Amino acid sequence: MLALTIPAIGRPVDDTLLPLPSPAEAMASCQRRLIEESLTARYTDWVAEALDDIQSCFLITDPGIAGHPIVFASRGFLAMSGYSMQEVLGRNGRIFQGPATNRQSVMEIREAIREERTLQVSLLNYRKDGTPHWILFHICPVFGADDGRVAHFVAVQVPIQRRSRCSRSSAEAMLGGTRGRLIGGCREEVRSDDLGCNPTVELFVDVDNRGLEAEESREASKQERELALDAANSILSTLTHYSKLTGRVVSGKRCIEAGFSAINSSLVMPLGRIKESFILTDPHLPNMPIVYASDEFLNLTGYSRHEILGQDCGFLNGPDTDVEVLDQVRQSIQAEHACTVRLLNYRKDRSSFWNLLHISPVRNASGKIAFYVSVQMEENAKNSSGLCLSAGMRQLGVVGAVKVAVRSLCISAGPSKPSS
Amino acid sequence: MLSIKRVPTVLSNYQEERAIELIGCGRNCLGKCCLPASELPLFAFKNDPRPKASSFGTDELPPDFFLNTLLLGQWEDRMNRGLFRYDVSACETKVIPGEHGFIAQLNEGRHLKKRPTEFRVDRVLQAFDPAKFNFTKVGQEEVLFRFEAAGGDKSLFDENAGVEAGNSPTVVAINVSPIEYGHVLLIPRVLDCLPQRIDNESFLLALRMAAEAGSPYFRLGYNSLGAFATINHLHFQAYYLAVPFPVEKAPTEKIPIAEGQSKGGVKVSRLMNYPVRGLVYEGGNNLKDLADVVANSCIWLQTNNVPFNVLISDSGRKVFLFPQCYAEKQALGEVSQELLETQVNPAVWEISGHIVLKRKKDYEEASEEYAWRLLAEVSLSEERFQEVKAHVLEAIGLVESKDEMIHRNEKTGTTLESAPTIPPTSFPEGCLILQ
Repeated sequence: MLALTIPAIGRPVDDTLLPLPSPAEAMASCQRRLIEESLTARYTDWVAEALDDIQSCFLITDPGIAGHPIVFASRGFLAMSGYSMQEVLGRNGRIFQGPATNRQSVMEIREAIREERTLQVSLLNYRKDGTPHWILFHICPVFGADDGRVAHFVAVQVPIQRRSRCSRSSAEAMLGGTRGRLIGGCREEVRSDDLGCNPTVELFVDVDNRGLEAEESREASKQERELALDAANSILSTLTHYSKLTGRVVSGKRCIEAGFSAINSSLVMPLGRIKESFILTDPHLPNMPIVYASDEFLNLTGYSRHEILGQDCGFLNGPDTDVEVLDQVRQSIQAEHACTVRLLNYRKDRSSFWNLLHISPVRNASGKIAFYVSVQMEENAKNSSGLCLSAGMRQLGVVGAVKVAVRSLCISAGPSKPSS
Repeated sequence: MLSIKRVPTVLSNYQEERAIELIGCGRNCLGKCCLPASELPLFAFKNDPRPKASSFGTDELPPDFFLNTLLLGQWEDRMNRGLFRYDVSACETKVIPGEHGFIAQLNEGRHLKKRPTEFRVDRVLQAFDPAKFNFTKVGQEEVLFRFEAAGGDKSLFDENAGVEAGNSPTVVAINVSPIEYGHVLLIPRVLDCLPQRIDNESFLLALRMAAEAGSPYFRLGYNSLGAFATINHLHFQAYYLAVPFPVEKAPTEKIPIAEGQSKGGVKVSRLMNYPVRGLVYEGGNNLKDLADVVANSCIWLQTNNVPFNVLISDSGRKVFLFPQCYAEKQALGEVSQELLETQVNPAVWEISGHIVLKRKKDYEEASEEYAWRLLAEVSLSEERFQEVKAHVLEAIGLVESKDEMIHRNEKTGTTLESAPTIPPTSFPEGCLILQ
């Protein structure tokens, strides 16, 4: 029997043990760079300072990077959560959820992200020290004006104050513990009114957690809702302002007349989780251009994303590539069949490698072929995952994951959405 | 006559393999004849597969290994090998416009070619009948892997694991008539030939599989006999569909409890604003708490001949339980002709809001109103539901408080012990009609 020992991508690897950077390590540093540059590439280096001036708790996340990581956390947020900037950057927002977090609300957030729309929902989050606190979670997408894709999500968090009368609590809470919570609520309100120092920090010194987890949900007040919306708007206008300096303009509304849009960004998220080298090509466009390339593909071939998106796959071939094999691939695509071949391919630096290539059609919710997925495995490459799995098994795993992602995405983009 | 004894020389690697092939019935099936000689891949899950937020371990499987590489990847492999009756990814699917987002699929091939139902459906519990179709008869090529406990804190994978003699492995096999991509069957201890009947251990296994897959879009389901299970051999179904099911979006209301506490503090709620009345279970200190509370509820239902369906949702964190009664209505001729004509069997996926339609006309005309009407037919009446709910709660050691006022009266005046409780045995023959 075989024990699986794989350092997951994005996790720290002890490099003293390895003479050469492993593929996993290279990926981790690639991921770190993506996270660091996520904001600066679009909004210049000065944006962080401007965002720090906004006195709210908020996070900015990048759905285009694998794992949908946090790329910015405001000072207010760090003060509220007890985390340091380094502890949250690169992590997914779900690290703040805990055992009593309402799963229904988590599902609503997941769907809002997938459907790329604004949502306000009450949520029980957890601080670093494990104490829970109720927040109003306000998430909204930031669209790139050039391609209509979601560049970032802004997630504003407004703590929901306890209210003596309007807090909806469960039956047991009514019988026990209510008194303590009433006092807690009053104390908080008094303190924030009297002390008048930085309220965003002071409000979170919430020492009384008794019965908090038993509370089914806590309704946000109208003021809290407006507070969240105002904060989101000012963050959005800051981002819009700085995006004009780089020319990669963003907006709170999706621009309909976007030009060449590769693929929907809500497809990018599930695809980004697939840690293998693969590309998607669109058979409905001339020359079947690449519309998606995984980080691992870029790593394998040495190209950067903008160099290959919109291109056909010809650049991978070179003088010693077998034309007959290419013909076999072409025929399979014509017949709408999957095929597996061994092909000599070339990297950007023109070094060659044997590519164990698997290509398969991918259908959308209507049952029509939407893309072809090509999965590349370098022959005899040191398996980055450390798993003794055949290339074939790994390739099929990628195909399966891509198929369900594409199929499901198109379903939700159906006529049920009021916007379309 | 002279003779000598000698050990024959192995001339080919295939000699021994051929000898193995001769063991069993020769069909390489899942029965006692062939399985002990098999080398099915084995996935052994670690003790508690619930992911810990702060886990930074480096000796872990990649988080997507079980679902993507193993389950969906091997499913894709069987598709390439042509083992399915149709290509489900070529079936059209849409979300029906409306508030609830019912999902409709047009599947013209499924029911024509499906294995015929062989069991009577008027009894929720029936003895296993080896003469009828069961999963020991399927070919090993339909099995994706074995799914078993590793007995430690590390998940393991072995591409060619032998089945030890006397061991009855739990297997995950494809459903050759899938209703979505990745549609598989979880068959606990296949050689033990368990009938379709929930037990605590098997139900925990189903929750473990949901937790191991770790995706809210990979759900497991269970149909009892009389609630559209067609094979009386213990199995759960599962598939991947990255759309929230209407039932998962429906609001719930926690059932106020006057007395008792469920194991591990498992929360029991009632489904609100949904056409099928049902119970929702979540929480508990670990998977086993949740599994035990739900399994004990199911055990009461099956023992009392109430057909039911179960949906395991949110990576095993949430379970929906629907007692149902469509068969009774159908037998009484109370289901409208129009609904019957669509030939939709309201099993667990339909009840959860994913409706498979076999006629193009029905698919094109499918409306939220139609879906609601269909599912409403499946539900118990409010009166019956209350009755069943009280028994189920009792079976898991809970007593519901009627409301705050009654609750207070009970505290001050009449005690609960003096209230007449109906013993489970006095419950009528489920909601089935034995005509």
